[in-house]
Amino acid sequence: MSDAQALPRRRARPGWRAFAPWLISLAALLVLPLLTSSGTVFTIVNVIAINIVFALSYNMLLGQGGMLSFGHAVFFGLGSYAAIHAMNAIGDASYAGEGLWAHVPVLALPLVGMAAGGLAALVIGWPFCRRAGTAFAMITLGLGELVAASAQMFPSVFGGESGVFSDRMVGPQVFGPELAQPADVYWFMVFWVLVAVFAMWAFTRTPLGRLSNAVRDNAERLQFIGYQPRNVRFMVLIASGAFGGLAGGMAAVNYEIVTPESLGLVPSGLALLMAAVGGLGVFYGPIIGAILVTLMNSLLIDFTEASVLYVGLVFLAVVMFAPRGLGGGVEQVRQAWHDGDLRRRLPGWLGGAGAVALMSIGLIALVELVYQVRHGRDQFAHILGIDVDPSAPWGWAAVVILLATGYGLHRFSAHYREASE
Amino acid sequence: MLEVIVFSTLNGVLYGLLLFMLSSGLTLIFSMMGVLNFAHASFYMLGAYFAYSLGMHVGFWPALLLSPLLVAAIGAVVERYGLRRVHANGHVAELLFTFGLAYVIDELVRLVWGSVPVAYLAPESMQAPLFTLFGTDYSLFRGVAMLIAILMFAALWFLLKKTRVGMMIRAALTHGQMVGHLGHNVPRLFMGVFGFGCALAGLAGVIGGPLLNTEPGMAATLGPIVFVVVVVGGMGSLPGAFYASLLIGLLQTFFVAIDVSIGEMLNTVGFSVDPYGEVTGITLANIAPMTPFILLVLILIFRPRGLMGELEYE
Repeated sequence: MSDAQALPRRRARPGWRAFAPWLISLAALLVLPLLTSSGTVFTIVNVIAINIVFALSYNMLLGQGGMLSFGHAVFFGLGSYAAIHAMNAIGDASYAGEGLWAHVPVLALPLVGMAAGGLAALVIGWPFCRRAGTAFAMITLGLGELVAASAQMFPSVFGGESGVFSDRMVGPQVFGPELAQPADVYWFMVFWVLVAVFAMWAFTRTPLGRLSNAVRDNAERLQFIGYQPRNVRFMVLIASGAFGGLAGGMAAVNYEIVTPESLGLVPSGLALLMAAVGGLGVFYGPIIGAILVTLMNSLLIDFTEASVLYVGLVFLAVVMFAPRGLGGGVEQVRQAWHDGDLRRRLPGWLGGAGAVALMSIGLIALVELVYQVRHGRDQFAHILGIDVDPSAPWGWAAVVILLATGYGLHRFSAHYREASE
Repeated sequence: MLEVIVFSTLNGVLYGLLLFMLSSGLTLIFSMMGVLNFAHASFYMLGAYFAYSLGMHVGFWPALLLSPLLVAAIGAVVERYGLRRVHANGHVAELLFTFGLAYVIDELVRLVWGSVPVAYLAPESMQAPLFTLFGTDYSLFRGVAMLIAILMFAALWFLLKKTRVGMMIRAALTHGQMVGHLGHNVPRLFMGVFGFGCALAGLAGVIGGPLLNTEPGMAATLGPIVFVVVVVGGMGSLPGAFYASLLIGLLQTFFVAIDVSIGEMLNTVGFSVDPYGEVTGITLANIAPMTPFILLVLILIFRPRGLMGELEYE
């Protein structure tokens, strides 16, 4: 297939450098609670942790296996439901003081979600794995709609419109504080995000992980060697569904509520969005994407009514201008640094980044002005801290100038980039 | 009972024709460019909203013509400056692009027209009943909508089968490179077909808006169903899309009309179950929104190439 991404170059010697990213992330996660005790920060960080696992599990399908899925939230949502029902079972069993569930800590709930996600993929996945590409995309889209719609019809399992509630402060405590505040849940999230990310990274190094790359790159050739592409796809789908379910289990503990919407097209699209923005060809790409998209989704909402539009525009821009995503960009810079020609290529890249920045500001101004004209409640559009009157011409003129300058800089630096290629 | 059958058939056929207006464009674009346009239903939505806004200034009938033209222009621009650029990165990138486009168009519509439904209605003169059957009116607008749809298919058939452009399109479907070698501008042809497909979707929006509902969620509701139509009909097959549209239109409309639960049906054939239980109490009307997707899963398991598809697409 022509759309295959090249694997990042791996060096043979596993020196300390290989562990550096892990150690740095661990250190950052340990230091964060020392820097802040704000509940808002932990609330957002907890969501980021869930989305990192969700996006990485999605990338097992698309980035590593070449299967474009529009129904990944099915596994996420079913994992969530399994975990929340298990949480209720723990609550009931501890209240009664007997039963198997009374001995299960809440910490283990993501494993329940994982089992549910994997099982769901095992049961429903086989007919879909015959083809990758467009057919797979369409089937998973239909499947997602089907599961989300049927969830509405069984209120005793899925809780109808309002979903299923639970309480996470139940069962035996294994270590750490009781899960009362977001800051307490933080340690739960740190534990699971590290376990899950390491497990998914390890998966890429297994023979099955390598085979999934092969089935993405050339399924026909794989058949000649004697492997069944369909089996490989099926196994990858199960693994990916299991990790999606694990993310769902984390979400169940975090929100203490699961609704049928968690099975639908919106969260499926979110997984795709995060993975593609971060970069499908690099293992850590979806991590970057999950952090960025979650931050945009949770922070922008305070500043603008059009936050979803901005997320969509970022996605569109990445697909059009940086098909390898942000992670691919990082790899490119690292490669240039490694080859020693960073100095030669930097002007072109900086020019491109400047062009993107100028055009983004122009677009933001345009969107905010349009919004102000259509629905504005006060006189001014608030653009990056500046009050702009949409009835005066200079705001619109600034938009045109910003867009034109940005485009000019883009053309100018494109010249540079081509020269240094 | 007869009343239900007659009206469900009429409504089902109309809904099916509407689906075919969308799926015909989608199928044309797919068979020519190999890309399933995820944003196709968003162009349908744009058609409805443009007709609503234009209709306030120039009236319904001019808007019926102008709105699809406007949608076609936007579609052509999207193809020329977006899709063509992404094409170099493969089919997955193209699908991602159209997915992102659908996302952005939905949000833009929310931004410009707000997130509540707008009052886009059929013109006053069209509200009158065309005929009255069993005491129920069938509005003139529904009749006209059906007529427009049928005229459009006739025009589409004529264009594809009887004109020079249609011949070029049909040739480019299978032998794009050869058409290029003969000196035709194939990229421009692609742009035209993409714009034309979008115009069909826009036209469907102009007549679908008053019939269904003009709100920012209308693309997300209809979009997946149109994909189901294309897959069930057989990807790339226009006749297949036609039959699948009518099938799904009739199926969904009849299911909505039949308010019988599974338990009641089982009881009539000799079982004895609780007709109000959680599973057995589900009525066919409850299942109606799911019928397209059930059909999709069944087709993909038992006949992966669809009703009339010639070969399986990768």
